[in-house]
Amino acid sequence: MQKQANVVIIGGGIIGCAVAYELAIRGVKDIVVIEKQYLSSGATGRCGAGVRQQWGTETNAILARDSVRRFEGMNEELEYDRDIEFKQGGYLMVSYTQNEWNQYKKNVAVQHSLGIPTKMLTPQEAMEIVPHLNINGLVGATFCQTDGHANPFHVVDAYFKAASRLGVKFETYTSVTGIKREKGKVTSVQTTKGDIDTPLVINACGYAAGTICEMAGFELPLYPQRHQALVTEPVEPCQGPMVISLHYRLYCQQTPHGSFIMGVGDPHEPKDFNINSSWEFLEDVARQATTVLPLLKNLRVVRQWSGLYDMSPDANPILDEIPEAKGMWVAAGFSGHGFMVAPQTAVLLAQKILGQECFMPIERFGLDRFRRGELLLEPAVV
Amino acid sequence: MQTKETIVCRCEDITLDEIKSLISQGYRTIDEIKRVIRAGMGPCQGRTCRMLIAQELAKVCGIPVGEVLMPTFRAPVKPVKLGTFAGGE
Repeated sequence: MQKQANVVIIGGGIIGCAVAYELAIRGVKDIVVIEKQYLSSGATGRCGAGVRQQWGTETNAILARDSVRRFEGMNEELEYDRDIEFKQGGYLMVSYTQNEWNQYKKNVAVQHSLGIPTKMLTPQEAMEIVPHLNINGLVGATFCQTDGHANPFHVVDAYFKAASRLGVKFETYTSVTGIKREKGKVTSVQTTKGDIDTPLVINACGYAAGTICEMAGFELPLYPQRHQALVTEPVEPCQGPMVISLHYRLYCQQTPHGSFIMGVGDPHEPKDFNINSSWEFLEDVARQATTVLPLLKNLRVVRQWSGLYDMSPDANPILDEIPEAKGMWVAAGFSGHGFMVAPQTAVLLAQKILGQECFMPIERFGLDRFRRGELLLEPAVV
Repeated sequence: MQTKETIVCRCEDITLDEIKSLISQGYRTIDEIKRVIRAGMGPCQGRTCRMLIAQELAKVCGIPVGEVLMPTFRAPVKPVKLGTFAGGE
């Protein structure tokens, strides 16, 4: 492996690969991406694959809105030889309590102020979009047609191939074992395949970002949280949008392949690195899914898996340079929605690092906000 | 062997030719191949193709089949209805 690089990116998920591409396309040479296993083997390849703009904080909504435009043209932009399978069937966010509905109304006001075309629907109107939706007790729903989902493996593959063509090197099955600093600046990354001297490190390790920062003597306020998902046998297309119920902790989509992918958040999930699948999850998600979408009771589950959210205290990411180790940037803490905002997050970070004008203020994602107690609390996370 | 006509993954219709092509492109584990081409993602969950792909990887990497990295084995072993898990059937 090479001994020197201008930039070392740690983490071969969607964030690491997209940042590598955005730096390379802006003319940065000699970039190396280090990945412990294979590309998208971490949280990216385990995510629910949804892309939604219906957020409650402006920051998430802007990143998602602009990323949707990138997903729309991604096959062409990255000259991908396969298909990222971006399907804009919309997101239907259903509300079964008045409190939740009041919050949704606030979220929609944020979205409308940013030009996101979310509609507020009556239960009847929601049922016209998803005929098998349970509207018993439904207060209302919000719907945005341009939301959707994409295939995370192919999106990462597309960024990987485009970045490779621009000269980016990818070192898979390589672990980082240490970060060297001198006089408050990062100088080198130690790996299982040797050391790489570099003045710039980007920590895009998701749930392992904290472990990497500890190597540089800095503690991040992130914690890992297991989330589980399952996929069913494929059936004829019958559900256009992703259906989300925060009340039932459920998200559920039908992929272009025909299978349904769904997951539930478990409020009692401990903060640790466990990614074993559990039978409790199968029962839990089956109950929630068949409550919200009763027709699905006839679908057979073929597989379950789990992955880790990189939770930040306010469910918004950290995009900042570590004060104790200049030259070391963190792009982590996406709290379960990194995939959908990755294209524009990568642009924002590349612009900041290269001293270019940023398309939105990056300071909002700074580490300082936790110390000052000025959190960007996101109310719409499953 | 007729690699273009030999089906390795019966659930997803993946041929030996496609598997060999991915291995030659640098994909080195069953999991990587599965994520790109869906081999092993069908109703049988790779019970047939998993070992066949492992054999191909072993040949290329020059290692015993037993040393090829296996995906984890997870429930359900056979497809089960959501209604059954929900306790409704």
